[in-house]
This record gives sequence, C-alpha cells and structure tokens, in this order.
Amino acid sequence: MPSLSHYLLLAAVLFGIGVYGVLSRRNVIAVLMSVELMLNAVNINFIAVMKFVPSDRHVGQVFALFVIVVAAAEVAVGLALIIAMYRHKKSVNLNDFNLLKW
Amino acid sequence: MGSKWILEYAWLIAFLPFLAFAIIGLYLHRWPKISAYLSIASIGISSLLALGTAFAVFSTKEGVVYEAAMRWLDMPGLRVDMGMLLDPLAAVMLMVVTVVALLVQIYSLGYMHDEPGLASYYAYQSLFAGSMLGLVLANNFGQLYVFWELVGVCSYFLIGFWFGRNSAKEAAKKAFITNRVGDFAFLLGILFLQLLFGSLNYGSLATALEGYNHPATLLIVALLLFGGSIGKSAQFPLHVWLPDAMEGPTPVSALIHAATMVAAGVYLIARAFFIFSSSSEAMLIIAVVGGFTALFAASIALVLNDIKRILAYSTLSQLGYMIMAMGTGAMSASMFHLMTHAFFKSLLFLAAGSVIHALANEQDIFKMGNLYHKMPVTAGAFIVGALSLSGIPPLSGFWSKDEILAGALGSGHIILYLLGLMVALMTAFYMFRLVFVVFFGSNQAEGNPHESPWIMTAPLAILAGVSVVAGLPGSPLMKYAFGHYINTPAALHVQPGLLTMILSTLFALAGIGLAWAMYQQKLLEPRLLVGKVPKLYKLLINRYYIDEFYAWLVARVVDKSAAWLFWADINIVNRLVNNIAFFTGRSGETLRYTEDGQVQSYALYMLGGIVVILAAALYLSDVI
Repeated sequence: MPSLSHYLLLAAVLFGIGVYGVLSRRNVIAVLMSVELMLNAVNINFIAVMKFVPSDRHVGQVFALFVIVVAAAEVAVGLALIIAMYRHKKSVNLNDFNLLKW
Repeated sequence: MGSKWILEYAWLIAFLPFLAFAIIGLYLHRWPKISAYLSIASIGISSLLALGTAFAVFSTKEGVVYEAAMRWLDMPGLRVDMGMLLDPLAAVMLMVVTVVALLVQIYSLGYMHDEPGLASYYAYQSLFAGSMLGLVLANNFGQLYVFWELVGVCSYFLIGFWFGRNSAKEAAKKAFITNRVGDFAFLLGILFLQLLFGSLNYGSLATALEGYNHPATLLIVALLLFGGSIGKSAQFPLHVWLPDAMEGPTPVSALIHAATMVAAGVYLIARAFFIFSSSSEAMLIIAVVGGFTALFAASIALVLNDIKRILAYSTLSQLGYMIMAMGTGAMSASMFHLMTHAFFKSLLFLAAGSVIHALANEQDIFKMGNLYHKMPVTAGAFIVGALSLSGIPPLSGFWSKDEILAGALGSGHIILYLLGLMVALMTAFYMFRLVFVVFFGSNQAEGNPHESPWIMTAPLAILAGVSVVAGLPGSPLMKYAFGHYINTPAALHVQPGLLTMILSTLFALAGIGLAWAMYQQKLLEPRLLVGKVPKLYKLLINRYYIDEFYAWLVARVVDKSAAWLFWADINIVNRLVNNIAFFTGRSGETLRYTEDGQVQSYALYMLGGIVVILAAALYLSDVI
C-alpha cells in the first residue's frame, strides 16, 4: 500500500522533469508539454493530500478540477500563441525568439 | 497723568519709518524728492511721538515703566514676542535716535541733492530708523536680535551706497562680515539665556537671575553677549570695520556710525546690566576692553590725515570710554555719555560733511585750511562739537566725561582713571589739530569753497545748540536728573568731585594748547617730532598693523584651510563619487550580458532565486 510519501515523491519527480523540460527544451511545443507536466504534478499532490489527511470537505478534488480547467484554457491560448509565432518566424525553435536582449 | 495714553501708541515710533520704507520701496522710488519728504515726514512724526513718550515717562518722580507685547513666534522651548518696554532708558534712546535721524535726513536733502539714488537712500534711511527704534523698544532679547541684525544690514546697504566704487563695496562687506563674528557670539549668548532661564524677556530674566548661583556659567553668558557689543560698537579686536565704514555718505557716518547704531552695543550692556553686573569678572573684562580701545583708537587718531577717519577713530575711542564706564559699573554715566556723544559726534560728522561738500569731496585735512572765514557757520558748529568732545565746561561732553572718570575712580580702577585722563588729553589734541589745520592755519584750500546751503547749516546749528545744553540733565544745575532716572540697583553712581573736574579740564586744555602750539603757532614742528620717534609714528600711521595682521591671518588660516578643503573635495569627495559612478557603469556593462533575450534563461534565474529564498526561509525557520 503506497503511503503519502510515495505520492509526494512521484509528484516531485514529475515536477522536476517538467522544470527541466521548460528550461532546457528548445521546441516551444515541448516546453508547453513540460508546463502541463508541472501542473499535473501539482494535481497529484492535491489528490494525495486529500486522501491521506482526513477532512470532510473535498477541497483538494475541487482544486485539481480547477487546475485541469485552467490548464485546458492555457493550452488553448498557448497553442494559439505558438501558431502566431510560427506564422511570424516560420519556426518554433526558441533560439530564434531572442529579440528582447541587451 | 493725562499724557499716559501716548505710551500705548509708542509702537508707532518704530512703525512709521518702516511704513515709509515700504511705501518708498514699492511705489515712490521713481520720485526721489517725494520719497525724501515722506521719509522726513515719517521720522518727524516719530520724533514728536518720541518726545511725547519721553514726556510721559518722565512725568513721575521715579519714571513710568510701560510694557506691552504680542506673540510673534512660539514653539516648544522658545517664545519670541514683539513688544515694547518703555522706561527712562528706552525713552532717552528714542529721543536721541529720532532727533538725530530727523536732523541727518534733513541735512541729507542738501548733501545728497544731485544723487541719482536718492530714493533708495531715503528708503534705507527709513529702514534704518525703524530698525534702530525697534531695537530700542524691544522688551526681550529675541526681538532685540532681530532688529540688531536689521540695523546691521542697513549699515551694509548704506556703507556700500556708492557701490560703483570698489573701496565702498569692500568696506560694506568688511563691516558686515566683521559684525557677523560678534553677532554669532551674541546669538549663542541669547540661546544660552533661553536654555538656562527659559525666557528671553528682560523682566523675567532679571527675576530668574536673582536666585541663580553659578558664576562660571554667568561669566560665559555675559562674555558671549558682550561679543555682540564688541562687534556692533566696534571694540578691539573687532574695531576694524568702523574706520572703513567711512566710505559711505557722510550723513550716514554721522547717523549710523557715530550716533546711533554703534551705540547699540552700549545700549545692550545697559539693558542687560543685571546680567553683566552679576559677574564681576565679566565687568572687569568689559572695563579693560573698553579702556584699551579708548586709548588705542585715540593714539591712531593723533596722526591720521583723513578728516572722516580721524572722527571715526575718535568715535571708536569714545565708544571705548562708554564700554569702560559700563565695566566699572557706572551705567548711568555711560548712557549719559552715549547721549551727549550722539549729539556732538553727529554734529562733528555733519560739519565735516559740509566741509567735504564745499571742497568737492576733498578729505585730506592738509589740503584744507583757513576755512573759518569762508564757512563761518560750519566752522562754528565744528568748534562747538570739538569743544564738547574735548570736555570743556560747560558743554555737554564735559559733564558726561567727568561722570565716567568719577565712576572709574569711585569703583577703585585707578589705572582706568588715569587712562581716561590720558585719552581726554589725546582727544583734545587731535580734535584741535583738526580745527586749527582745517579752519585756521596758513594752508589754502583749492577752488573757491563757500558756505553750505541753509538746509545743511540749519541742522548743524540745532545740533550745536543741543550739544551745548545736552549735558545739563546730568549736571548739578538740574540736580543730576539723568542719573536719577537712568539707574538700576546694581549700578554705581558717583558724582564727579571738584578734583576730577579740574583735572579733566586741565588735561583737555593742555591738549588744545599743544595742538595750538604745533599746528597754529608752529612752535613745535610736527615733522621734527615724527623724526624723533619714527618707529612709533610708523606704527600709528599704519594703525598698529591690525588690518595687515588680519590679512595675514586670513591668508594663513582661512586660505590655507580652504586650500586643504579644496584638496579634500577634489581627492576624497570627488573621487568617491566618480568611483561610485564608474563601478555602477562597469557592473551594468558586465551584467547586461545576462539579459540574452531567452525567456528560458529568465525562468532559470527565477528558479535559482526561488531556491535561494526557500533555502533561506527553511534555514531561518529551523524546519530542517
């Protein structure tokens, strides 16, 4: 039977992978997917804590649902942005998007 | 008792000249003649009010004392009122100041008749008169100090009235800056009074001082206050500004630098006599400073050639006399001499101005001569003034000078008494050297000098009359009324004995005789005398090298420290600022390469920052 620590560890690993992806991937789509990973790591935390910490209210579940809704909206906006960027530069490589510098 | 109502309106005495100043300055400056008449009218009404006030004050046997004030500045720990304190002392000063100011302003109509800046001249004159009267009326040290500085700035304006001349500019600056030295001490003294006694009002201070038993503190406070007197009354070592102040128009010298403003220092000591007299050490220092200045200045006056500078050093000497009298405790004698001196010294200055005017601004006495026949009124007035200053009975100077000498003798200062007699001899000598060389003598003045117009000679005649009779209130003829009214419990009051009277008269006659022998009869050639003591002569003609000493001191101390500070400014302050700017610039140059435009880099920095903050928070909260 997995304990709370296992869930938290899984969430931490997932979040670390997400951070790594956001910071290191050059493809914008991959960065967006990494952000989704981080959001889902948080969702796992919510659900796990709700399951193991007794409470008569289902706040964790509600929050997880909210996060999923927001993530869906974010993906819609993010993909729209990516399409706009692609139309502008004919590229989705982040190395090509460094106009705002010294 | 019917005349008491006038005391409630005494503030008008000071207010009217201020009003005239404002009106001239704001509206009338384009009409010089109207400005002049307005100024004269205001001081004329003031002098009538002052006479009425004096009449009311002296209406009872003890003299009336009236005090009124309103709040001017109030904050925790300091309250300054604007008010008026009318007592015999203030009444005498009000009379002297208004009468002399009125006569000088009338005289100026003639003396300054073709002056382009006539309107501003009268504006300054009015401002001065108002400030001086405010100073006299003050019932507390705060108000006194405000007006004290106002008369100082008027003096600056009027010395520098002919600011086109470089020497006048320099003299005005010198007067102002030298006075600042004394005024700084004075201000410190006033603040000390506020700190120690919690009030600046004369009456409350006098009450608070009675139970005060701390002589060392009192000595310091008294000396700091005396610093103001040293500056304003031009006592040694801050006397250097007064002779240079003669660069101003002669009527200004007569009013401000002989009769009224320079006497403010003496008036201050009289007003604050309860402070000074409670410290015997301070009194001794005051007496010695005054006595030394009297002798020192008189010795310089013996050899000078400039008519106004001789009178200026004579003023220094006589102010020293008054200060010395204050120091010996003879407060009423000192005030008496202040009054008589104001009249005869302004008379002498105005007469000298009349001579200078007639000779197209010639001031060297050896380029004048035999003016008695050409300018009889001026010469007569000057001789009356000179006789009075020399202390020939029964003129006013005789009575006041003898009272001072009697005070020195009565308080046991034998050395100061002898010094006073010596000064009396020197005074008579240099005054009659002036009289014989300028008005008699064999020299002939250039040009065709003529008597001044009546507008100038009339004030001379009035002042000459006043100079003759002004001594009567302090003489046995009026039962020493002056000393009866102007008195405080702490003051010493000694009537001159017959011996002093005879001695001082003999010394004065000896001085006159010597001048007559040397400059009229040529029995004793001055040049031979100079040849006998060339070093002494050189010392005197160079005014003891005090100015040179100050110039050296300024070059040595002020300029050197300024150079040092300049070095510090350039090499420390400037360098520090430059290096800070350089460091900022260089760090910007370096750090800007972290801004590479990649959002991912920024996200990485953010992550690093969050990690650091979290680590710090965990470490500080001891969770780990």
